[in-house]
Amino acid sequence: MSAFLPETILNWLPDAIQLFYLVATGFFIRGVKLLNSPGTARKGNQFAAIGMLIGVLVTLFDQDIVEFELIVGGIVVGGLIGLLLAKKVQMTAMPELVAVFNGFGGAASALVAWGELARNPDILSFDTTGLVSIGLSVFIGALTFTGSFIAFGKLSGFISGNAITFPGLNVINIGAMIATLGLIGYFAYDPTNPTLFWVILGISLLIGVTSVIPIGGADMPVVISLLNSYSGIAAAMAGFVLQNNLLIVSGALVGAAGLILTNIMCKAMNRSLVNVIFGSFGAAAGGPGASGDGDKTVRETSAEDLAIQVAYASKVVIVPGYGLAVAQAQHIVKEVATKLESRGVQVKYGIHPVAGRMPGHMNVLLAEADVPYDLLKDMDEINPEFATTDVVLIIGANDVVNPLAKTDPTGPIYGMPILNVDEAKRTIVFKRSLSVGYAGIDNPLFYAEKNQMFFGDAKKSLQALNEALNEV
Amino acid sequence: MEVDLTLLLFIFALASFIGFELISKVPPTLHTPLMSGANAISGITIVGALIVAGSLGNPLGKWIGFAAIILATINVVGGFMVTDRMLEMFKKKEDEK
Repeated sequence: MSAFLPETILNWLPDAIQLFYLVATGFFIRGVKLLNSPGTARKGNQFAAIGMLIGVLVTLFDQDIVEFELIVGGIVVGGLIGLLLAKKVQMTAMPELVAVFNGFGGAASALVAWGELARNPDILSFDTTGLVSIGLSVFIGALTFTGSFIAFGKLSGFISGNAITFPGLNVINIGAMIATLGLIGYFAYDPTNPTLFWVILGISLLIGVTSVIPIGGADMPVVISLLNSYSGIAAAMAGFVLQNNLLIVSGALVGAAGLILTNIMCKAMNRSLVNVIFGSFGAAAGGPGASGDGDKTVRETSAEDLAIQVAYASKVVIVPGYGLAVAQAQHIVKEVATKLESRGVQVKYGIHPVAGRMPGHMNVLLAEADVPYDLLKDMDEINPEFATTDVVLIIGANDVVNPLAKTDPTGPIYGMPILNVDEAKRTIVFKRSLSVGYAGIDNPLFYAEKNQMFFGDAKKSLQALNEALNEV
Repeated sequence: MEVDLTLLLFIFALASFIGFELISKVPPTLHTPLMSGANAISGITIVGALIVAGSLGNPLGKWIGFAAIILATINVVGGFMVTDRMLEMFKKKEDEK
């Protein structure tokens, strides 16, 4: 596009582009800042989108860019696919979509580095920094790509959610990562052998597969956060390849954001990142309590009985879990809550940080069902309230309300912060059966004196409750 | 244009610190939109893809750049739009009535 500009402008064009990049960066930072609060978040996202638009438009004036056919074609094709995916996706499938987008972002960064390498006729024109950056960009981008698609497969059920692993896999993975870094170093030293590049690309793609496949389905929130971080770092590395500040800054922002979220998720599960990546949670489960509970009894409840209990309560807390999302029961929950509220019952939602399949997923699902966000309470807010709560409805959640996290020091979830539902006067568990949760351990809450089980599909049970409320 | 590597590293490190500071206080309610929004920002690699696909050079490199543009655009357009769709649903109790 620079061809259309008069010569006087061309002289200061490179500086102008950098200044506009700075403006775009400002929009990104302001946008992320506004994403911090529910009231301003939408505006924040729009700010970031404007920053992106500025970055793209200004780049088209770069004097190196002389051909536009591929650019226009690529943007049209990619834009249409992106538009379609964003419009069509179900809110329950958000984790899958984010995983796919992560994968595409990582792949794009790897391709940018590879394309820059392939575009230049003389490989020796790259200096060491350039070659190392290309290697790292391909490495991180490629493993983000395959890792994200394995995560996608696990989330959508194409690949078993169980931890698939064998002894020594972790050692192989770590060894392969170190070897790849070594190869990148050698590639920078002697770039003339094209096979080396292919080996780096191939191993990186493989590492993405072998490092995500041993991680269990319950840990996917952590994996997605981490891959999100990687996709940012890959973009920053591509920025080093092209010596482009905008890529470096934006990539670093995303990389840091992903790391913070990863850390939050790990804390919510009381596990270290190392433990998530190398621990193969779920594979080793089935410990104490998984069997031998023959003489324990549970109390069952019915829709009619439960309707009376909640209709005459003064405070009800709903604890949703992934089971609610799977049953697509978020709308019927809202209906029940509305009926209770019209009777003067105070209804709140207690949401564990790892409820759902990605950070904050449950909040999105309930927002979709028009639940106002100020009723969605996170763990620290809702825990002090259980003591004054009459009835807690636990719908499709299990491990996050398991008291063994506090009482059984040998159990796999010991130390995980949980929702203290056992402090309430009455708990109701909506569940298909007494089966164990992701962690593979029994839940003593089911057998507690104050607890009643409401067996069945979450959606059908709630519909029955909703109808029964009309009769009360 | 030769740029000093230390300067680029400097920028990278500072931007990371800003990222840590900006994000550490996000309420759990917004974690999903934040992640998909951040994801869309990581599509900034589209800028690099434009340069690779639009500059002169070996055709293979340009076609790789073309593929990068498609993937990055999916990430950018899809990411910002789906984030907007999610955030549109977040309402306060007062707004509802």
